[in-house]
Parts: sequence; structure tokens; C-alpha cells
Amino acid sequence: MLGITPSQTVGPYFAMRLPWPDGPYVVPEGTPGAITIVGRMYDGAGNVIPDGLVETWQAGPDGRFAHPDDPRGATPGGYYAFRGFGRCPTAPDGSYRIVTLKPGPLPTPDGGIEAPHLDVSVFARGLLDRVVTRLYFPDELTANAADPVLCSISEPARRATLIAVPEPEGELRFDIWLQGERETVFFDV
Amino acid sequence: MTTEVSTTAFTGSSELALPSYERPLGVHPPLDFAGYRSTALRHPKHPLVLLPHRLTEVTGPLLGDDLITATDADLTTQHAGEPQGQRIILAGRVLDSDGRPVPDTLIEIWQTNAAGRYRHWREHHPAPLDPNFDGIGRAITDSAGRYRFVTIQPGAYPWGNHHNAWRPAHIHFSLFGRAFTQRIVTQMYFPGDPLLPLDPIFNSVPDEKARQRMIADFDMNLTQPEWALGYTWDIVLRGRTATVFE
Repeated sequence: MLGITPSQTVGPYFAMRLPWPDGPYVVPEGTPGAITIVGRMYDGAGNVIPDGLVETWQAGPDGRFAHPDDPRGATPGGYYAFRGFGRCPTAPDGSYRIVTLKPGPLPTPDGGIEAPHLDVSVFARGLLDRVVTRLYFPDELTANAADPVLCSISEPARRATLIAVPEPEGELRFDIWLQGERETVFFDV
Repeated sequence: MTTEVSTTAFTGSSELALPSYERPLGVHPPLDFAGYRSTALRHPKHPLVLLPHRLTEVTGPLLGDDLITATDADLTTQHAGEPQGQRIILAGRVLDSDGRPVPDTLIEIWQTNAAGRYRHWREHHPAPLDPNFDGIGRAITDSAGRYRFVTIQPGAYPWGNHHNAWRPAHIHFSLFGRAFTQRIVTQMYFPGDPLLPLDPIFNSVPDEKARQRMIADFDMNLTQPEWALGYTWDIVLRGRTATVFE
């Protein structure tokens, strides 16, 4: 066994390299059925984090991945220009924005079902390793109630930190609180 | 927002056999590390919740070489003129902890110029910018997991974490691997740097052997006569355990 390379912080200057012009667009804006996720990143004092990076990874609307380790394989034809991966640095006001398609539910190896979700990685100066959370959808009450990951969170009140909130304009808000009373649930992945 | 096709997503779930990934213990730094002041308000205080590896975790973005342009892996040829500083060749392999190469994976790097200055609007260190050096690169590993960059030896720079705090010279590396579980961002350091024992970020990694894995090796075989010094650095991602049938 080889020893794993340790993580180090992205530091304050990752914006030199990591943001891509089309990073926030998992699908091009205007794609039929596209949804927009917006949010802000906050620290333990309630200040916005202007030098963070959000990355999302998710299944397509059919709950499949174009990846060799999804044994079902992608749907032939797939979804036009759907990359599954989104990346957005936070702005000076701590905000980020991702345009994507809502994923489908996923089967689990033990015969269960995971509710539609995005895996979310958070990077920032002051984070020595990424932290990982999940975004779930507010219109999936039944699926969320049965989701094995949400159910594994011992304090039910904290599950709400993972459910996006509908905005009046139709966007979904997913704020990320690294610390404090509203601290988001983060996972050991 | 309901997905009309979702009911077609399920094959017999008894056929859904997924790999799982090693969970490294004691390798990565703690999120709360007093020596690095910026961690104070940015580390979660609740314990992390264990996330089993299912479909979303064992897959990941497989980004193609359509992202890469010809000069991305040679940071000394991105402008009309040559950058100042010591030219270096930096090469190695991306492996998993079982020693298997990780092919076709995107590597993104960023660094200071020879004077220790980042090209970033928030950077105030009074050292000169180099009009011929951006300090950013990209590469995709080949079928044997190999990568190779040509760049300039980065400089040390002050960072205000404590009195007279200087970061040792380093290059930031971002990697995807083949699964969400393998995603990592780290920093590569240079051998013999006297700042290493003093640096809270380097020393946030608790295990001495793990810290040493972030330091490249000077490599005379990679060094090219009359041209550039060579450094070798292998990056090791989490390994896969055998496929689990449940």
C-alpha cells in the first residue's frame, strides 16, 4: 500500500486557475428544464466568505451517471451537454450560482432508493481539506423522508440544512454555513 | 420539477455492485488547526456524518482533454517572452494507494512567480509581477498516470498569519481522480526548504511520513543539461476496495 497524499488548503489565490468560464453551467443556460441553484457561504461569525469555491456532482435526470462505475451505464443519447459537474467561486458578497438539471432518484446496492441530490464540495482559504455536503430538493418530501443519508443524521433538525429553499423567482437557495448556529451538515466521505 | 423519466432509472438493484474507497485515517490535516488562523471561523464544529459510498460517490467527472491547450503544461511558453527565474521540469505519476495508475485525469496547478508573487488581484506582496508568467497550468495524465509540467521555481512569500510568517515555496495541485471520493487539492513543496519546519499549513498534516509525501524529489535523471532542473513528485489518491455485492 502506498501512502495517500495529504490535502492542503486551496488558499486565497485559487481563483487564478480553478474557475472556468463555463464552470457554473452544468448545462447551458436556457436548457429546457434547467434549474438555478443560488446561495452564499458564511463563516462562524456570520460573515460571508468571498474566497470560497463550490463544486457540485450529480446524476442526470434519469438517475444515471456517464461513468464506468455506474453498472447501469448512461442512457443512450444521454442529455445534451450535461456534464454532471459544476464549479463556481464565491463572489465578494459570498454568493455562488450553478445552472443544472434536477437529478433523478438513485438505487442503492441494498435495494433502497436515494432521494435526488447533489454532492457538494466546499473549498476555501482556512479549509485545510474540502468539506462535503449534499443538496436535496424541497419538492421531494416523500423521497427525502426515506433517504438513507438524511435519515442517518441523528438530529432531525439539522437535516433541514441540506434541503434547498425555493426562491420567489424559481431559483433554489442553498446557503452553506461552515460554522455557527446554522452550521450545515458535512459528511465524512 | 418532478422528473418524468425517473421510473426508468432502476434496473434490478441486486445487480448494482459498486466499488468502495479506502477511508484514510490520520493522513489529512484536521479542519481546526490553531496554527493556521483562518481555520478558526471556517471549520465545522459538529462531527462529520459518515457517508457510505454509493453511486454519486463512486462516480465523478471524467473531464476530457478538450479543456487543455498546447501551452497549458509549459508555463514558460504562455507569453511572447520567457519568464524570469529558475526553469524546472516537474513530472510524476498519479496513482491510487494500491499502486494502480490513474489515467486520463485532469491536473490543475497554480503558483507564484520567481519573486514569490501571485498574479491575483487580492495579492499585495510588494514583489514584482512578471509579464511573461501567469503561474497557471493544466495537464491530463496519460494511460500510465504520468504528467509533466515545465515551469519556474516559485518563490517564498509573506502571508501575515503570524509575525514574520513566510510560506515555503510550493505549487498548488488540484486533482479529480476517477471518483468523487478521490477529489483532492494539495500543495507540492521543494526538498531542503528551511521554511518547511516553520510553516503551519505544511505542519497541519499530523503524520511526519505523510508530510514528507508532499515534498518533491530532486531528480538528476529528469534534469536536462544546459536547460532545467528536474523534480519528481508522485501523487497518491485513495484506493478502491474490491467490488462489494450486497
